[in-house]
Amino acid sequence: MTEELDAGMLATEIAEHPDALSAPYGGGELGRGRRRKEDAKLVTGQTNWTDNITLPGLLHMAVLRSPMAHARIVSVDVSAALEMPGVIAAYSGADLAAEDGALPCAWPVTPDMVHPDHKPLAVDEVRHVGDGVAVVIARDRYTAADALEAISVEYDQLPAVVDMEAALAEGSPLVHSDKGTNKCFTWPFAAGDDYEATRAKADVVVTRRFRQQRVLPTAMEPRGVVVAPIAAADEYTVYSATQIPHILRVMLALVTGIGEHKIRVIAPDVGGGFGSKLNVYAEEVLALVVARKLGRPIKWTESRSEGYQATIHGRDQIQDIEVSATKDGKLLGLKVELLADMGAYLQLVTPGVPILGAFMFPSIYKMDSYTFSCTGVFTTKTPTDAYRGAGRPEATYAIERIMDELAAELGMDPLELRRRNWIKHEEFPFDSICGLTYDSGNYEAATAKAEQMFDMTALRREQAERRERKDPIQLGIGISTFTEMCGLAPSRVLGSLSYGAGGWEAAQIRMLPTGKVEVVSGATPHGQGHHTSWSQIVADALGVPFEDVEVITGDTDSSPKGMDTYGSRSLVVGGVAIHKATGKVIEKARRIAAHLLEAAEGDVEFHGGTFSVKGSPEAKLSIQEIALATFAAHNLPDGMEPTLDSDYVYDPENFSFPHGTHLCAVEIDTETGFTKIRKYVCVDDIGKIINPVIVEGQVHGGLAQGIAQALYEEAIYDAEGNLTTGTMVDYLIPSAADLPHFDTGRTETPATSNPLGVKGVGEAGTIASTPAVVNAVVDALRPFGINDIDMPASPERVWRLLHPGGQRREASGTVAYGGVSTSTTSGGAA
Amino acid sequence: MTRVSMKVDGVVYEDDVEPRRLLTHHLRDGLGRVGTPIGCDTSNCGACTVLIGGESVKSCSVLAVQADGEEITTIQGLSDGDWHPVQKAFQQHHGLQCGYCTPGMILATVDLLKNNPSPTEEEVRHGLEGNLCRCTGYQNIVKAVLSAAAEMRGEQPHPGSFRDADDKTGVSA
Ligand code: FES
Ligand code: FES
Repeated sequence: MTEELDAGMLATEIAEHPDALSAPYGGGELGRGRRRKEDAKLVTGQTNWTDNITLPGLLHMAVLRSPMAHARIVSVDVSAALEMPGVIAAYSGADLAAEDGALPCAWPVTPDMVHPDHKPLAVDEVRHVGDGVAVVIARDRYTAADALEAISVEYDQLPAVVDMEAALAEGSPLVHSDKGTNKCFTWPFAAGDDYEATRAKADVVVTRRFRQQRVLPTAMEPRGVVVAPIAAADEYTVYSATQIPHILRVMLALVTGIGEHKIRVIAPDVGGGFGSKLNVYAEEVLALVVARKLGRPIKWTESRSEGYQATIHGRDQIQDIEVSATKDGKLLGLKVELLADMGAYLQLVTPGVPILGAFMFPSIYKMDSYTFSCTGVFTTKTPTDAYRGAGRPEATYAIERIMDELAAELGMDPLELRRRNWIKHEEFPFDSICGLTYDSGNYEAATAKAEQMFDMTALRREQAERRERKDPIQLGIGISTFTEMCGLAPSRVLGSLSYGAGGWEAAQIRMLPTGKVEVVSGATPHGQGHHTSWSQIVADALGVPFEDVEVITGDTDSSPKGMDTYGSRSLVVGGVAIHKATGKVIEKARRIAAHLLEAAEGDVEFHGGTFSVKGSPEAKLSIQEIALATFAAHNLPDGMEPTLDSDYVYDPENFSFPHGTHLCAVEIDTETGFTKIRKYVCVDDIGKIINPVIVEGQVHGGLAQGIAQALYEEAIYDAEGNLTTGTMVDYLIPSAADLPHFDTGRTETPATSNPLGVKGVGEAGTIASTPAVVNAVVDALRPFGINDIDMPASPERVWRLLHPGGQRREASGTVAYGGVSTSTTSGGAA
Repeated sequence: MTRVSMKVDGVVYEDDVEPRRLLTHHLRDGLGRVGTPIGCDTSNCGACTVLIGGESVKSCSVLAVQADGEEITTIQGLSDGDWHPVQKAFQQHHGLQCGYCTPGMILATVDLLKNNPSPTEEEVRHGLEGNLCRCTGYQNIVKAVLSAAAEMRGEQPHPGSFRDADDKTGVSA
C-alpha cells in the first residue's frame, strides 16, 4: 500500500492509521499474528535435539584436536587409549585416510582458485588450533573424553600464519606448503564508467580501511551428529544438528562413496544455526565412516569450547574502500578492495561469502562507476563461512560507514547525503550498477517513518546542547539505510557465479481423506517458525482451518527434495513453492468439483475453501468433501488421476531486495568509554508478510547479533595462532542486560518478483544494525577529532581513542556533522 | 561410584554415579530427563537451568553427588497438564525461536518471579543475565516475563504486549 506514497503522504497515513500495516490481507490468514505451533514442545521440554537421541548399543565419539596452530604430525599413537576399559576403537587420520574422503567446497569462485585438500582428520599436518587429529569411540561420553588423553601425538611445530597482509607478503610461511602461496583467489568486478576517469572528476575523495572482525556464530545448541547404520545393507540414518539435511545427504554420498539412496539424513529439532550449521563438517563424515566400520550407532556432540575451534567462524575481512563525489554530495565512484580470511581450509561456501557481498557495496545508491576486487587468504585459523548475512553485512557496514564519513567531509547531514543519492521510489524497477534488478522499494517512506519514530529533531538538539556544554556524556546518532539481496536464488544466477548447486525449493501438498492437509517443505527450520507460517499460507490458499495443516520438514525420507534454509530464502523461495503447489491442488479439485456438480469447469468458483457454480450458489462442495470424493475415486472425470496431491519446485526469477532505515542513538561516557544504546529505531520493508509476530522476532534477533558485532564480540587469535577467546567466559555473547529495547516499524512495498509479494526477513536486522551503531559511536566522538573506531567499540577502545597516550582529547565544540577540512581524507581508527 | 538419591519431577531415583559426574549429565544420560539441554562447558549460558529446592541452579555447575537428597524440577516437571503461566507467556509473547535456551529461561524466570513478583523491565533484564539467548534479542522474553508476572499477581497482562491469539493486528509498532 505504501509504494505509491511519498514521504509526506506516508507520515499522514501513519498518524491516521497506526495499525494500517498490521492488518491482515488475502483470505484472512496472511498477515495474522498467529502464535507458533512449534512452541508447545519447546516450552515443555519435549524437544528432540540431536543430543537427546539414544539408540540400543550407541557409542560415543570424541575428537582429539590440535593444540597448535600449525605443525607437522610426526606420529599418532592410539594404543594406550585402546587398552582403556570401555574404549571400542581409536583411529588416527592416517587410519581413516582411505575412507573419509575430503570435505567439500561447493563454490569455486574462480577457475584458478587454490583449493587445498581438507581431510576430516589431518594426516600429515595440522593447520589450525582445533584441527582434528584422531578419534576415540567409547561406551559413554566420559570414557571417550578420558581416552583422548591417552592418545599421544608428536608434533613438529611450524610457524603460524595469522595476519592476512603478512600472509600475502613475499617469504611468508605457507599454510599449505604444496600450494606455493597463501592466496586462495582474486575475484575482480567492475561496472559502469572507468573508475580512474570518474575519480578524476571528483571534488572529494574519501578513503577508509575498515575491519570486519572475526566473530563466532554461537547457535545455542552446539553441533551434534548421530549415525545409525544397518551395516550389512550399507544403509545409514544420519541425524545431524544441521540447517541443510538435503545438501548434506548429497555431500555425504559424494565424500564417502556410499550411495545417496542408502543415506537418510534427519535434522531433528535444531537449536539455531545462523549459518554455522550450513555446512558439511568433519564430524558428520567421521561418525558415518566409523559407524560403517564398526556397524554400531555413533554419537558425537561438540562441547562449546570445542565448537569455538571446530565450527565455522564469521566475517573477518579487511576492507579498503574509497568513494568519490562532487562537492554537493553526488556520488561518482566507489572502489572496494577486500582481503577475506578463509582460515586454514575452504568449507562449503567459504570463498563465496565475500563475493555475495560484492554486489551489495553500492547498496541503494546511484553512481557512475564501481570497481571491486576481493582476495581470499589462507591463515592458520578456523575456516570462515556464512554467518547471518554472509557478505552483505560486511558490505553494508563499509558503504554506510563511508557515507557518514563523506557527509562529515562535506559538512552535510548524513541523511541528506543519502537522500541525494538513493534510488527514488518512482525509479523502480531499477538496474543497480552491479546489474541486479531491484524490483521494488521505497527508501523515502521507510526513512520518513523511521525519522518520525526516532524524533530526530529533538535528539539532534540534545546532541548540540551536550556538545555545547562539554557534557561528559556525549550523544551520537547513527544512520544505516540498507538493502540486501536475499531469497537465494535464481539457479541460473548461481550458476553464473560458479556456485555448485541451484537455488530452487520444493513443496508438496497432500490432501488427506478427512480433509486435513500435509505440507512437505524442503526448507528446513531451526527456530524460524516455518511450521506456523507454512500453515498460514496453506490455510489461506485452500480455505482450510490453520489447525488442520501439518507441516513436514527436515527428513530426507519424508521430505525428499530440498535446498534447505539459509540466506533469508525460506519464505521467498520455499513459501512461494508451497503457494504455487496449493494452486495446483485447487485446479485439480476444481475439475472434480465441476464433474460432481455437473457444471463447466469455467463456471466453478473457489472461495474460502468452497467450490460453487456461478449463478447457482446452492450448488457447492467444500475442498474437504472433494478430498474425500477423490479418496473414494468412485466418480472422477474420465482419465483423471485419483489424487489432489501436488508438487511444485520453484526456481525464483530474481533475488528479493528487502530494505530499511535504522537509526541509533548512543550515549558515550567520555570518562569511562562506556557506550549505552539510548534508542534504536528500525523500519524494515520486507514486502508482504505472513506473520507479524514471527517477523518482529526475526528482526529483534538480527538486531541483537548485529549490535553484538558492533559493541561486544570478537574472536581473537594471538601471534602463535591460539584462539584466546575460546570459551564463553572470554567471548562475550550479550545478555538481556547488554541490549536495549528496539522500536520496530515496517513499511510495505510488495516484491513484484513473486506472487506472495514477500522479500525475506532473516538477515535484515543483522545487516543494518552494525553500521547504525558504529556510525552513532563515531558521531558522538567526532568533535574530539575521531573519525573511526574498530569493532567491537568496547569501553577500552573508546577510552583509548579519547585518551591518546593517556592525555584526554578536547572536543572542538563546533562540529555539526563534519569537522574535517581537507579535501581528501583517509582516516582510520585514530 | 557413590549412591545418590534425588526426586526429579516428582519421581525418586536412586543411582550409583561417578563422583565427577555433572548433575546435567546425570539428568540427561542417567535419568533420560533430556528436556534440560546443555549449551556450554563453562557455566555461562544457563540453558541447563533447573530448580533445586525451588531455587534456579545451572545443573552443569553442580555434581550429581551434590544433589543427593534434593528435590529437582526440570522443564518437564514444571507443569502437569495446564502450562505454568510463564510457559504460556513465552508462547503468547513469542519469547522463543529455536527454543534451546527456553527451558533455562523459563525456570530462571520462575525463580526470579518468586523472589520479585513485580519486577521492572530493568530488573528482568538483569535478573536473566545468566541465561543467554541467541535468537530473540531478549525483547519478547522480557515482555513474556513482565506479562507472566502480572498474570501471576492476578492483574492484566503487561501493556505493550501482543494481544490475544486471535488478534489480527499482532504487533505493536
Ligand atoms: S550448560 Fe550449564 S550454563 Fe551452559
Ligand atoms: S530461542 Fe534460540 S537461543 Fe533462545
